[in-house]
Amino acid sequence: MIQSPDQTGPRTLAQKIWDEHVVVPVNEESELLAIDRLLLHERTGGVALKSLREKGRDVMAPSMVFATMDHIVDTFPNRTDDTLMPTGKAFLQTLRDEAVRSGITLFDLDDPRQGIVHVVSPEQGIVMPGATLVCPDSHTCTQGAFGALAWGIGSTEAEHVLATATLRVKRPQNMRITIDGTLSNGVTAKDIALYIIRKLGAAGAKGHIIEFSGDTVRALDMEARMTLCNMATELSAFTAIIAPDHKVLTYLKGRPFAPDGALWEQASAYWLTLKSDDDAVFDASYQLQASEINPMVSWGNSPQHAIAIGEKVPEFETLDLGDGRATYDRALEYMGLEATSDLGQLPIDGAFIGSCTNSRISDLRRAAAILKGRTVAPGVRAICVPGSTQVKLEAEAEGLDKVFRDAGFEWRESGCSMCFFAGGESFGPGERVISSTNRNFESRQGFKTRTHIASPETVAASAIAGRIVSSVGLENGA
Amino acid sequence: MKPLIRISSRAVPLMRENIDTDAIIPSREMRSVSKSGLADGLFAGWRYLDQKSREPDPDFVLNQRRYSGAKILVSGNNFGCGSSREHAVWALAEYGFRAIIAPSFAPIFRGNCIQNGIAPVVLDAEDVRDLAIQAEAGREFALDMNLMTVTVGGRVYAFSIEDEARTMLMEALDLIELTRKSIRVIEAFRAEQKRRRPWLYV
Ligand code: SF4
Repeated sequence: MIQSPDQTGPRTLAQKIWDEHVVVPVNEESELLAIDRLLLHERTGGVALKSLREKGRDVMAPSMVFATMDHIVDTFPNRTDDTLMPTGKAFLQTLRDEAVRSGITLFDLDDPRQGIVHVVSPEQGIVMPGATLVCPDSHTCTQGAFGALAWGIGSTEAEHVLATATLRVKRPQNMRITIDGTLSNGVTAKDIALYIIRKLGAAGAKGHIIEFSGDTVRALDMEARMTLCNMATELSAFTAIIAPDHKVLTYLKGRPFAPDGALWEQASAYWLTLKSDDDAVFDASYQLQASEINPMVSWGNSPQHAIAIGEKVPEFETLDLGDGRATYDRALEYMGLEATSDLGQLPIDGAFIGSCTNSRISDLRRAAAILKGRTVAPGVRAICVPGSTQVKLEAEAEGLDKVFRDAGFEWRESGCSMCFFAGGESFGPGERVISSTNRNFESRQGFKTRTHIASPETVAASAIAGRIVSSVGLENGA
Repeated sequence: MKPLIRISSRAVPLMRENIDTDAIIPSREMRSVSKSGLADGLFAGWRYLDQKSREPDPDFVLNQRRYSGAKILVSGNNFGCGSSREHAVWALAEYGFRAIIAPSFAPIFRGNCIQNGIAPVVLDAEDVRDLAIQAEAGREFALDMNLMTVTVGGRVYAFSIEDEARTMLMEALDLIELTRKSIRVIEAFRAEQKRRRPWLYV
């Protein structure tokens, strides 16, 4: 039986939002939860809308549904519906047709609001504290940074939301990760995320809602909080959340879909009340000190295969990964490494700044600060793909595009691009790439491509050095 | 989808363990994004002597005349394991199967059955063996979803299935339709939410 929510006892932030949205319990396991926002993209959105229409069903609340083109669009200048991915065009056109028919809002290819779904939703003020938000994409957890309950769903579930504005869901468990203290120079939210995944393992938060708290987290700006929450899915979490504060309000105020006037006053007053009770019970808790964390980089094929830059590739015996020797050996072989290899000695072939993890304006500014007046090492193909058209325009207005270009980076239109290779553009087999993305899985960025994930600072510094180095290391001539 | 209340038909005995979704519908048989046009590919690897000419293998049980039009399949443990492709269930449904009797089912496959109008009937391994013998003999099976029984040659086999799944099958509902039964409750919830949290309504 579902534990009947005791709304008088102490509750976590996530439990409070959950309780607010329970329409009715549906069976022994699940509750019917009201969904406030549904986001779609061209890879699965058009198909879900079409399938619904073919069954003769309407979208229940079109005004709560938003769609964008990001996953398979090209990122070359003057792009059209044609994609490098074979049959990609049909996905774009299906989403466009279905969006018009169903009356949902679409940020189309030529719309200045277009971009990666988890970048544009906050940008447009679609996500907000206390809301339930879902999207058929596993990195929807990014948006928990706003104090929303935001999680990734399957495409059949997306159809269910379209038709009923609800989902049948099982109540997840709760985990709290508290980080206190001041981060060292050159350490970013991405490094925190990789550090946690290494510590807890890639299944370390399986099925949990992680609440990030502590003064290190509170000190992070909104974009850094998004980066931290983005990586929760790499811990197999249900999602992540951070209690909303004034930074959330400052970020959202005046955004196109955020409330304004009297409604803003009413909403923001409520948002600031949203937090876990002091004596709320979490199923698991971890405490970290910011000073433990150094700039990180991944060495293998799972985000849990991470080390501090400067550390050697760990020997199997020193690891507690939960997967066996064969997986470890395979990761080393795939990555062209050996135990105790020094990553800093290996030449890189590619550098990629982009994705819903690290392609917002602050990411680009920090990378540009490192690139300014320098050039990319010979033989390194370096690419920057802004997370949204708005980020791109803002960066161009500040002259960041010139910094990237002058350094030798390609400057692209926004999209998911080489965060994942779906038959579109890719790096080459065996190429070693330093990337600001979230997944270093086999062949994620191209067939047999060797991906090392790190912060945008590390990507920029490594692109200059031609080998993996942190921004601090680059300054010190390491 | 048609409501499933009572059916009677012969049953096809396909007594192998761990029949996976790739055996039920090989991936090369899933040619379009559509949910139909799959019945021909059902058990294609076993059903045809030659995959191109589609010459039926007379030894394969589905090709035997006495089983034509059968709506019930009797099979071994862990039916429907392997890849989660829903095409496996679509193919079985399109071919005409309305019930599968087995000692156990792979969980995702089982869920897909219920969504697509096929009853997953779980019985003891011994009862299933019994039923396979009856099926082999060409006896008529009667499945009653109301009573939750399978009756063959005067013997009654009782099974259980959870209420929600039974309702879905008996009323031919998928999850969306099941949820839509609560549409009044959902609407009332939304009206109340709109009053309390109006900013959520753009
Ligand atoms: S940028 Fe990468 S991780 Fe993010 S939504 Fe796109 S494909 Fe997924």
